[in-house]
Amino acid sequence: MDRLGAAGYRETNERDMGKSGISLYSGRWRQIHCRMMTGLCALAVLTLLAVLLIIMTYILLQGIPGLNWQFFTRPPAPVGLPGGGVYHAITGSLVLVGLACLIAIPWGVAAGIFLAAPRRPGPLAALVRFTADVLSGVPSITAGIFIYTLVVVRMHTFSALAGGLALAIVMLPVVTRNTEEILRLVPRGLQEAALALGISWWRVMLHIVLPTAARGVAIGITLAMAGVAGDPVPLFFTALNNNHFSLDLTQPMASLPMEIFRYAAGPFVTWHRLAWSGALVLIGIILLPMLLARIILPGYRIRR
Amino acid sequence: MICAIGLLGLVLLMVILIWQAAGPSIKAFGFSFFFTREWDPVHGRFGALPYIYGTLVSTLLALLLAGPVSLGAAVYVAEFAPRKIKNILGFMIDLLAAVPGIIFGLWGNFVLSPWLAGSLEPRLEHYFGFLPLFRGPATGVGMLAAGIILAIMISPLITAVSREVLEIVPASQREAMIALGATPWEVVRRAVLPYARTGIVGAFTLGLGRAIGETMALTMVIGNRPQISASLFAPAYTMTSVIVNEFTEAVEPLHLAALIHIALVLFLVTLLVNTVARLMIYLMNRRVKKWTV
Repeated sequence: MDRLGAAGYRETNERDMGKSGISLYSGRWRQIHCRMMTGLCALAVLTLLAVLLIIMTYILLQGIPGLNWQFFTRPPAPVGLPGGGVYHAITGSLVLVGLACLIAIPWGVAAGIFLAAPRRPGPLAALVRFTADVLSGVPSITAGIFIYTLVVVRMHTFSALAGGLALAIVMLPVVTRNTEEILRLVPRGLQEAALALGISWWRVMLHIVLPTAARGVAIGITLAMAGVAGDPVPLFFTALNNNHFSLDLTQPMASLPMEIFRYAAGPFVTWHRLAWSGALVLIGIILLPMLLARIILPGYRIRR
Repeated sequence: MICAIGLLGLVLLMVILIWQAAGPSIKAFGFSFFFTREWDPVHGRFGALPYIYGTLVSTLLALLLAGPVSLGAAVYVAEFAPRKIKNILGFMIDLLAAVPGIIFGLWGNFVLSPWLAGSLEPRLEHYFGFLPLFRGPATGVGMLAAGIILAIMISPLITAVSREVLEIVPASQREAMIALGATPWEVVRRAVLPYARTGIVGAFTLGLGRAIGETMALTMVIGNRPQISASLFAPAYTMTSVIVNEFTEAVEPLHLAALIHIALVLFLVTLLVNTVARLMIYLMNRRVKKWTV
């Protein structure tokens, strides 16, 4: 009972009052103390937001000058020459994330449907849900190494295909949990009406619940896509990088986050400029879907 | 159903395959892998101690810096903020939790490190130089930069999860405290925080897991030198960074296996950390349900 805080009080004699933190000091000191602590908490929020806003503004200011038509439509210029863009990296990112979606969306949505299905809660669903949560917290570096041992070693080459697979593994638990959460928002009565007609649960999910929540599911998927679009780590072990435009799935492929890393680590000022602009584009790709989700589905909280 | 079970199978397969690939290194070094400082690809001798040290210290530093700020921010957003700005603040923190590590790495590399080298580190040395922590050449890249960047990265996550946990504390808890004549801060300190303790520890553990696994941001600011130094200004190396930096250059099978060995340790540790974190948040949720229904 003690651990329940205020609910645990049985006696309110003076000694217990003292222990409870409602001190017997003058009310005035307690008011001041309260103001002080509230102020400190407000200061914490301000510090947090200020630091992060400073970083975002800095990237905005550094990135905007480099954002021009060339940046999006041209491959990189030879070292030392001005101009050039990240066309190859943007198409590369699109292909890689697209591949990841081909695998993670059907698998994740199906698993999400299974988790949200109207059945008695069993140990299997709880275990799968828990696994998905744990898997989404495991660093993406392990997904990269896993696909390396599974695909790259066997194909004897780094490839875009392996990159897509690695990103799919990072996406999968997020798609699963997002889908489940959104399907749960569908009114219970709708499902029960269909079930009462004798339709099996998976038909109910597929033909009634899923269409009702289609827009939300789509947003959940977009958020998961945005999450993997900015992460170069799984690609170090799978798709690697490519200085040229390529659409060959069996060859290494460039991607936006990998190019940002390469440009930032390089010695040239022109490269650094490309890195800042790339970072700005990346932030846009990641934050826009979240803003969109907020506008379209006001009640829905972003999952982590 | 098959898809759901496939998810379980996937995790098992990941553990098995990574374990297998690390095999040669596990056989060659066994447990001494974790206590050896030497990392010598030429002579085929590998020990992960400097990397484990780098990961642990940078994570600890990040939690020390981010912890109080995140908790304070979560309390403010959940308890004290006026309703109008509450949602906006919460949403902004949610947004910032989604910014990828490479963005922070880029900023850390070009802005934070030069600033540390030019102004903060010399000043720290001037005032606190009697501590070995704050001695040595101010290079800007190193443990301090890594800790700060990590703290900036994990604080939105800890804040967001803690806030969710604080918000599910039943109103009856607060009302009971108010009825006893408590000030708003006393309500938080004596009723809300103790009640939410399990969930908050879970949120911090989640942040810990994120910090251990963070790769790009650290690779760009920590200096990437496998050494164990008492100074916070000195460059260090983390488990994730060494894997990313050396993986494509590893020619010897044993070198590759040693890197995968590190990844295996990382995988198992983060699996454990995340399991504990999720379990705590889950327990908290269940308790709330039990007492409100």
